[in-house]
Amino acid sequence: MKLTEHFQYGLNSPICLTWELTYACNLACVHCLSSSGRRDPRELTTDEAKRVVDELQKMQVFYVNIGGGEPTVRPDFWELLDYSIDHNVGVKFSTNGIKLDPARAAQLARTDYVDVQISLDGATADVNDHVRGPGSYDTAMRALENLASAGFQQPKISVVMTRQNVDQLDEFKAIADKFGAQLRITRLRPSGRGADVWDELHPTAAQQRQLYDWLVARGDGVLTGDSFFHLSAYGEALPGLNLCGAGRVVCLIDPVGDVYACPFAIHDNFLAGNVRDPGGFERVWQASELFTELRQPQTGGACRSCGHYDACQGGCMAAKFFTGLPLDGPDPECVRGFGEQALAARSGETTIPKSEVDHSRSAPRNSRVNKRAPVGLPLAPPPRRPDRACDASPLAGVPVAGS
Amino acid sequence: MALRPEPFGALVYHFGTRKLSFLKTPQLVDVVTGLERHADVHDAIEAAGVDLAQRPAYLRALAGLADAGTIEPRPTTATQNGEPA
Repeated sequence: MKLTEHFQYGLNSPICLTWELTYACNLACVHCLSSSGRRDPRELTTDEAKRVVDELQKMQVFYVNIGGGEPTVRPDFWELLDYSIDHNVGVKFSTNGIKLDPARAAQLARTDYVDVQISLDGATADVNDHVRGPGSYDTAMRALENLASAGFQQPKISVVMTRQNVDQLDEFKAIADKFGAQLRITRLRPSGRGADVWDELHPTAAQQRQLYDWLVARGDGVLTGDSFFHLSAYGEALPGLNLCGAGRVVCLIDPVGDVYACPFAIHDNFLAGNVRDPGGFERVWQASELFTELRQPQTGGACRSCGHYDACQGGCMAAKFFTGLPLDGPDPECVRGFGEQALAARSGETTIPKSEVDHSRSAPRNSRVNKRAPVGLPLAPPPRRPDRACDASPLAGVPVAGS
Repeated sequence: MALRPEPFGALVYHFGTRKLSFLKTPQLVDVVTGLERHADVHDAIEAAGVDLAQRPAYLRALAGLADAGTIEPRPTTATQNGEPA
């Protein structure tokens, strides 16, 4: 059996575990995959987070991808970072750079076994700030300068590819080279607030081809998180795991301890359990009903007869789900165009699922409906709690272009 | 370096290089874990009972692990035998 076939049946522990430490964020990116903004009062405490690290160490999860929200705004972020590293769970964290002043940069440069990933969605301030908010380009650049001055080795620059920045790939590479950084590019998913802007931001078919050609020609040393495996149907497979790893080799622990099949699938349909449940994370990973189901052989559904199915495996589950397409059909960005046909064929009655988890500052606070509550009946909207002054972002009320 | 048992064999992780590799069969796990007990890679492969026909593939897998810095030649035996580690 090929290795990827083994992966389809799941592993004893995840390979790629994303852990979002907080829904709080100083930015309000229009495409935020987790609809972050406000802190959730039920977030794991410092002690609970350390117990999760203990479990990950026991399960030999060798590193975690920490994100958010903006993880560094958690006051105990640096304590948890050290705790994790001390317990043989290496940390790669994604940040917009807001807290990476010269002192923190120097601290990180002294810390072994930590990777830093600075988010940047435009090689120029206008393209970046269009989606990430005013000032965010400068914040990222300052963080990269501080890391470089402190001698931090090879940070990553993490770019979500959009219609506006595909043409900037060479410029992104130049920025990475300038700071001694490694470029990482990933796919825009219609997850979280990304669903609201996906039609406008996702690369066109021609741009997908351009992106694929760029990766084949210049992609050596460029990380992709294996997120473009749907493009492998163009021909030569891209390096990496050409498979949807959701619940098989990948999962997400969200700030309140909920475990989802993938970071792009924050929705009750992909909720496997909570690290606070009896048996903790290990039991969720190894025995939850959802993950067991995801590890069954996939049939390929409508894609089975397509000659490219072996290459793309039907694409991204989350991209299909949040555009209202069937999970066993083509990816909305299927390179053969079947996804576009399926999108066009959606009728007015097609329900496009939306996550109940929304911590956007523009949304009612704690708007998640109780997951144990019966569904199907119209529920009264959750009570809206008043904003407190400290919840308000410096950017609150500033219109973000394109939103 | 740490080995994590998996249904296909094991994941091997090197904390220094941060390289993650896959040992794709249980026999390869036996070979790798046996390296320290044997004089050279051939002994370790022999001891794990790897089929003759499969041995070139196993040597290639070990060479890959050595290239990644996940396993290292023992200076004395490697020079004496002139084996690729």
